[in-house]
Amino acid sequence: MTGKYRHTLGNRTYQFANLADLMAKATPSRSGDRLAGVIAQSAEERVVAQMALADLPLKTFLNDLLIPYEKDEISRLIIDDHDAGAFAAIAHFTVGDFRNWLLSDSATTEMLQTVRAGLTPEMVAAVSKLMRNQDLILVAKKCRVVTAFRNTIGLPGRLSTRLQPNHPTDDVTGIAASILDGLLYGSGDAVIGINPATDNVAQSVKLMRLMDDVIRKYEIPTQSCVLTHVTNTLEAIEQGAPVDLVFQSIGGTEATNSSFGFDLKVLAEAEDAARSLKRGTVGNNVMYFETGQGSSLSANANHGLDQQTCEARAYAVARKFSPLLVNTVVGFIGPEYLFDGKEIARAGLEDHFCGKLLGLPMGCDICYTNHAEADQNDMDNLLTLLGVAGCNFIMGIPGSDDIMLNYQTTSFHDALYARRVLGLRAAPEFERWLSDMNIFRNLDDHQLSTEVPPAFARALKNLPAGSGQ
Amino acid sequence: MTDKELSNGVTANAWSRLRQFTDARIGLGRAGISLPTRQLLEFQLAHAQAQDAVHLPLDVNALCQQLATLEGAAALTPIRLHSQAADRITYLQRPDLGRRLDDESAQRLNAPAPDAASAPRQACDLAIVVVDGLSSLAVQNNATAFIETLLEELSLDKDQSWRLGPLTLVEQGRVAIGDEIGERLNARAVLVLIGERPGLSSPDSLGLYLTWGPRLNLNDASRNCISNVRPGGLSYPDAARRLMYLLRESRRQKLSGVALKDRTDDNLIEHQGEARNFLIS
Repeated sequence: MTGKYRHTLGNRTYQFANLADLMAKATPSRSGDRLAGVIAQSAEERVVAQMALADLPLKTFLNDLLIPYEKDEISRLIIDDHDAGAFAAIAHFTVGDFRNWLLSDSATTEMLQTVRAGLTPEMVAAVSKLMRNQDLILVAKKCRVVTAFRNTIGLPGRLSTRLQPNHPTDDVTGIAASILDGLLYGSGDAVIGINPATDNVAQSVKLMRLMDDVIRKYEIPTQSCVLTHVTNTLEAIEQGAPVDLVFQSIGGTEATNSSFGFDLKVLAEAEDAARSLKRGTVGNNVMYFETGQGSSLSANANHGLDQQTCEARAYAVARKFSPLLVNTVVGFIGPEYLFDGKEIARAGLEDHFCGKLLGLPMGCDICYTNHAEADQNDMDNLLTLLGVAGCNFIMGIPGSDDIMLNYQTTSFHDALYARRVLGLRAAPEFERWLSDMNIFRNLDDHQLSTEVPPAFARALKNLPAGSGQ
Repeated sequence: MTDKELSNGVTANAWSRLRQFTDARIGLGRAGISLPTRQLLEFQLAHAQAQDAVHLPLDVNALCQQLATLEGAAALTPIRLHSQAADRITYLQRPDLGRRLDDESAQRLNAPAPDAASAPRQACDLAIVVVDGLSSLAVQNNATAFIETLLEELSLDKDQSWRLGPLTLVEQGRVAIGDEIGERLNARAVLVLIGERPGLSSPDSLGLYLTWGPRLNLNDASRNCISNVRPGGLSYPDAARRLMYLLRESRRQKLSGVALKDRTDDNLIEHQGEARNFLIS
């Protein structure tokens, strides 16, 4: 197939080795693709690659697989689950046409839902490479993905938050203190989700019970999750633990997921097990996935693909299991994959767009590490952009500082900023609870109560001995 | 139990006293719904310090002196090694280079041990590798004391003795560099002590990574990790006990990673006497 992927500019012809090479070179610059050795060699080569990509028929991605069907179960999943009927309406498009159509007035919310099952991750990744940030925001905003468990997430005009009360030793009082802080700042409608300090079934079960107790006592319309390995959660379910959501980090190649210690079969087993508990009240989406550009390269499992294409392929894994939440943890991986605030923001918008277009309930962990060239201002920018784009949920953590995972993400205050400045609200069931509990005195103006709500004032009197002040 | 709305526009949180139970930035109060000025600047300072910590080089000589004070120190004179990442800027952008030894270091490990008459090296049960990682401060503050605790636990193992390989000390290294070192030292298992990415409230967290059968090109599914080892996080004795469980099980089952579950009794890491959830009872 030599010569299949090329583009002539003036009297110079640029040749691309294969489709993966073309996709990689068309990708906006980022450190992870440089690290992988797949990045465009010049700014001109990048745009030429984008021009070549724009001329490529969408059908190409169904015939020229980036990772062979025989070698990778994600490739098999993508091809086997492709819906030719849904694809028919856009089958004649090139990637460039596809961008025009997505931006056009004919691509309504309903229309985008109709073609969803006909789209593959590679088509979506390809078109995103041609799009400016405002395109990614505009089209994502048109996508609607609504999921439910004990509340409804992703409705228009809503922005939910994961309350993330992590503690470096999983200390019960420390975690409870962060949960209280979050609830009193209106956080936690997407999930109350703890990253345990150590991967241990007994510890995970303890944390599950802790959150279940709180949710039941205060009748909070939300769900809990311990972000431990899927096989640990399966064991916890067998032990009778109160599991709402099953968590797993996922990647876009079989080898990445193998490095994470699972395959599609295990996820299917976990979804069945969690659904069988029937703990949801308004819906039964039971999976919580996390992703992030760079994970495949980090596991030496990227097959020569650029990191954004690998990321989009992870969404094929996610959508197989009807998740409640998919969270791209965009700045966590470090500067070797996304160097600075600009690269993190671009990746966050790409991931949100690609996930939404494929039908996923996308949220974003808008975050950075202390060895990246990024700061709070970069996070403010991305938070505002994703709020405008209709992101389903973000993280909420006390003062932006995760004292267990050692990185910075959005705070309880940040979420209130986004809700207030963009007129967004919490999930409806949760919002009613915030009002009934007197946590907010005025929901329309996003005004918190100045008094500690009575139910929580009573709890504060239960503080462990030696806490008198 | 009321919040005070002060004339300066800041609403304090009545539950801020909960901060005695956690380093998390709870009860910060608010100006409208935003962060008050003092809390904002405290955060900015912590971030500035954490950024600086990433670039602080490991004081290798000082660390060697510390290690020499340990009992049985003869075995603990570390072999000094360096990754292929020549400096910190390269290290930050090229994790692949941080995972491999530079030529000189590789040669040093290939040479027969000074006390052995002939190569190859005798097999050992465990090689301990100390790596600067993203926080030299973590290694500087915690490595010596943790190794001391661990050696004691190893010596108390009634079921088996632990033949240790030579201690190695790596600059500009990543976790996976332990694979190459373990392989070259003919170690059945390798334990990497590495400085974790510095957090705002914890610039000196030490991470422990255990790998059975270390060799090049293993991935992270082959490792078990214990993180946040520092006096303010997981204490040395708790970390050592948890690690001993993994070490013994790893040796018994001849594996590590996802297939090796940490089944340490969970009340090990409970805050003593404070296991009650005040939101419930």
